[in-house]
Parts: sequence; structure tokens; C-alpha cells
Amino acid sequence: MDWTFYFTQFIAGLSQGMFLFILATGLSLILGVMGIVNFAHGSFYMIGAYLTYYLVTLLGGSFWLAIILASVSLAGIGYLLQRFLIHRLYGRPELQLVFTFAFVLIFSDLIKMGFGVLPKGVAYPELLSGIFEIGPIRFPKYHIFIITLGPIIAYLLRMLEQRTRMGRIMRAASLNRDMVNALGINTERVFTLVFGIGAFLAGLGGALASPTVSIALGMDAAVVLPAFVVVIFGGLGSFAGTFFAALIAGQVQVFGILFFPRLAESFIFILMAIVLIARPWGLSNRPPKFA
Amino acid sequence: MKNKELLFGIGLFIFFALIPVIGSKYTIYFNAQLLFTILFATSLNLLVGYTGLFSFGHVGFYAIGAYAFTILYKTYGVPFGVSFVAGPLLAAGAAVIVGYLCVRLTKIYFTFLTLAFAQIIWAIAFKWTPVTGGDSGIVGITPSSLLLPLNNTYFFTLGVVAVLMYVMYRIAHSPFSLVLNAIRENPNRAESIGVNVRLYQLIVFTISGFFAGFAGVLFVLLTRSVFPDILLVTRSIDVVAMVIVGGMYNFWGPMIGAVVLLYLNSFVKAYTEYWLLVLGTLLAVVVLFFPSGITGIFPWLSARFKLVAKKGELNA
Repeated sequence: MDWTFYFTQFIAGLSQGMFLFILATGLSLILGVMGIVNFAHGSFYMIGAYLTYYLVTLLGGSFWLAIILASVSLAGIGYLLQRFLIHRLYGRPELQLVFTFAFVLIFSDLIKMGFGVLPKGVAYPELLSGIFEIGPIRFPKYHIFIITLGPIIAYLLRMLEQRTRMGRIMRAASLNRDMVNALGINTERVFTLVFGIGAFLAGLGGALASPTVSIALGMDAAVVLPAFVVVIFGGLGSFAGTFFAALIAGQVQVFGILFFPRLAESFIFILMAIVLIARPWGLSNRPPKFA
Repeated sequence: MKNKELLFGIGLFIFFALIPVIGSKYTIYFNAQLLFTILFATSLNLLVGYTGLFSFGHVGFYAIGAYAFTILYKTYGVPFGVSFVAGPLLAAGAAVIVGYLCVRLTKIYFTFLTLAFAQIIWAIAFKWTPVTGGDSGIVGITPSSLLLPLNNTYFFTLGVVAVLMYVMYRIAHSPFSLVLNAIRENPNRAESIGVNVRLYQLIVFTISGFFAGFAGVLFVLLTRSVFPDILLVTRSIDVVAMVIVGGMYNFWGPMIGAVVLLYLNSFVKAYTEYWLLVLGTLLAVVVLFFPSGITGIFPWLSARFKLVAKKGELNA
């Protein structure tokens, strides 16, 4: 094992971190702006992956079209869920937790009904299936693509939050929703959009991850808790914080399994417990207003 | 104890005591399971309903009770009676430590930390093979010869559950419980009138872990085995679901939730493999439309009827 091995692991950790970021940022958006803990976020991710499989393999569509369609459908599902159901539970964080968890169970069985229990796989798109070689180091092209995409998404979200009217409303409403309502702005509509964007990001994460993982039942639970760890560690509603926390978590996951293989399954929970005990409000260490 | 509820409790006891007389072996086994599940769900409700602490890791203390009893009794040959009490006491001890770290956090952060601890306890049970038996757990636990026949195990379970339910009923109707309610409704106000909120939360967390430990020991006595699967997240959620479906603002709510969900489970499983779909839908409907659960429906209905009756009088 020489340094090229570690470097390859580092690249894998980086792309793992970007996947975590795409997932966690949607979660953080929903939690930070609306104060809703969305357990079903992992389910959105899983549905995104299964939809991509369905569109590519069963309908013979192109990978890229499948990714777009899958994430847009997830935005739709999230929008409907928020518009008709979740909005009834504002101000009851514990009930939201249980409610979104109920949907984890529902979605998981619906997927089982539709696709059965056997794991599925999606092939890498032709354009990105190979490996770059620079000297002794090998870069899988798909990892490079994900590592480039992550910061672009972070930048776009930051622009949405800082430079648009919707972003201003989001920021204001996360501080004092009643006041924003009193100013004649329909925060309900903005919140529903935010939930849609969050679900879109989860679906996108699942769709993008589909060639790299085995698409199977249980992938929802496997990602949602690491994503929560990232959200809490990064500090709520901070894209930069989430971004760095995701990068750290990606490396921790890759190297953690390398050095402590016996702890593999429980690693993320130990990490979660440490973060919650030592820095419950994340890197910024400021208490969020709703907790 | 109010007379009505006393009668209800005695009626319930007689009902469960009659089951071995009329039921088949399967029915007896099923009802023994139901009994300790009722105990488990009610112990969780001390946290959820009375104090407003949503623990997703309650199953951790249930498992510690079960494992501690098994390891003491089977591995070290500690007498049955001592192990039987030591299991729950160790669960309570673990609850003190976990609780101390958890009650410093609020709402969802609390929930996540309890979840993480349950997973860590799972990991210990799963990986510490020399002590816990690892993945396959410990099997073939033979309780003292007195408890060998299923009927005896059943009556023993019934007796223990009845006593502990009575104790919890007294706790739930004590001044202590009123303080817990105050904390649930508004922790800041409770703090400002001089309540040490975290201390009270820690105490109730410990008590609740203690009762959950008893439920775990009773599980071992019935199934004669213990294994890491009892610690899965889904098991924790099942109990939370019982509390919510039955009604968290009523002492008897979790019991009704346990009865409904266990019977529904055995009924649904005979017809379809999609139990999670049924459970999820039921849970979602209850949370959205009846957040105070099945036991919350009756006061709501009677209030409606009284209103209708009053309107009728006025019109006449």
C-alpha cells in the first residue's frame, strides 16, 4: 500500500462526501427554513435511484434524461406531500418526525411492491464509464464528475438563498414566519417550494448514485442517518457548513472502514453520538431557534 | 385510584387471567407477548406522553434488561430472583448515563441521540460475541423449573405486568407526574417556577428505562432466547407507534395501541407481506387527524354529542 492507494481512497471519499452533500443540503434546507425533520428524505433518495433504474433499464431511456425525470418527479412528490399533508403539522416537530417516518414505511413497501426484493443496478453512462490515468494515479471518470457537480450545486443554492426574492423570503421566514406572513407574503407557498427543492435534491442524489451503488431496499436508512449527522454537524441552514461537514464525513466513512472494519456499521452512529454530545449545534455552535 | 379505573383494571386482569383456561397454546403465547409489550409501551409513554420526550431508542433499555438478565443468570449462574431484579436495575443504570447525555438536548436532537445510543447498544450486542453471543444471540435459557410450563410463565408474566402497571399508574397520577406535564407543556415556564427541568427529565428517563428493562426480562422468560434483532430501529418505532395510535395523553392509551397493533399485525401478516404499508398508513392517519390517538377519540366524540344535544335543547 503506497501513497497512490491512499490518494485513490481520498478521491473516493471526496465523491462520497459530494453525494452526502447533495443529500444533506436538501435535508438542511427543509430543517433550517421550515423546522421540519424529514425522515422520508432517505426514501426520496431511494425512489430517485429506483426511478432512474426504471427509466434507463425498463424504458430504455438515456441516463441523463432519466436523472432529470427522476429528480423532477421527486420534486413533485415532495411538493404534493408538503402541500396536502405535512403543512398540517407545523409547530409540532415530534409529530412531523413520526409522520415522515410513517412515510418511510409506506414508501419502502411501495418500492417492494413495484420492484421486488432483488437488488438492481444501473450501468455507468458511456461518457463517464472509464478511468483517467495521470501517471500512477487512477481517477474514475464518474467520481470526477460528481466532485465537480457538488460545488456547482452548492453555488447555485447559495445564489438562490442570497440573491433572489425567494431566498430573502426563506431567510426571513426562518427567523420569524408570522412577521413575514403579516407583511402580506404567502410563506406557505414558499415553504412548499422549499420542500419541493429539498425533495428534488434527494431524488437527484439517488439518481446520481444509482450507477455507483446496488439499488436495494434499505438504502434509504443507510443514507438518511449519515445525512442527518452531516446536517447537525454542519449547522442548520448553512450551505458552507453542510458542504465542509459532508466532505469530512465522506473521508471519515472511507478511511473509517479502511482502518476499523469491525466498526463499519456502527461508525456513523458513534460519530452521531459524539457530535450530538460534544457540539449539538454543529460547527457554528449556535442554538437553532426552533429546538 | 378512581373507582371506574380500578374496576377497569381488575376487569382487565380477570380477562387476561382467564386466557389460559380457554385459549390454545398459541393464544397463551401471543397474550404473554402482548402483556410485556403493554408494559414496554406504557413505560415509553411516561416519556412521550407525560413529559414530551420522544425517545426513538427505548428499545435499548429493553435489550439491556434482557441481556443483563440472561448473562447473569445463564453465564454466571446468579440465582433467578437476583438476576430478575438486577436486569432491570442495570437497564436503569444505563438509562442514567444515556439520559444524562440526552436530556441536555431538546426536541429532535434528543430524539436523534436516543436513536444513536440504541444503535450503539445494538452494535455492542452484535459485535461482543464472547459475552452476548453476537449475531445469533443466546438461546436455550431455561428459567427455574417452576416457570417451565407455558401456563406458569404466562401467569408469572401477568402478575409482574399487573404489579408494574399499578406502580406506573400511581406514578402517572402523582404530583411528580404533574411536574412532568408542566415540563411537557412549557419547559421554560417550568424552569422559571423553580423546577429543575433536566433533573426531572433524567429521573423519568431512568424510571422508564427501568420498566422497559422488566419488559425485556419477561421477553427472555417467554422466548427463552435473546438476540440483537430485538434492537432494530423498527422495533423502537413499533413501540412509538403503539403509544401514538393508542393515545399518548391517556394512561391506558399505549395498552390499547399495543393490543390494536399486535392483533392487526397477526391478522395482516396472514394475508399480505406488506405490513409496513399498513402500519405506515395507520400511523400517518392517526398523526394527521387524531394526534391524541384512539383514546382521544372518545372524549372528542362525547363532547360533540353533548354539543349536538345542547343545540337540540335550544332549538326545541
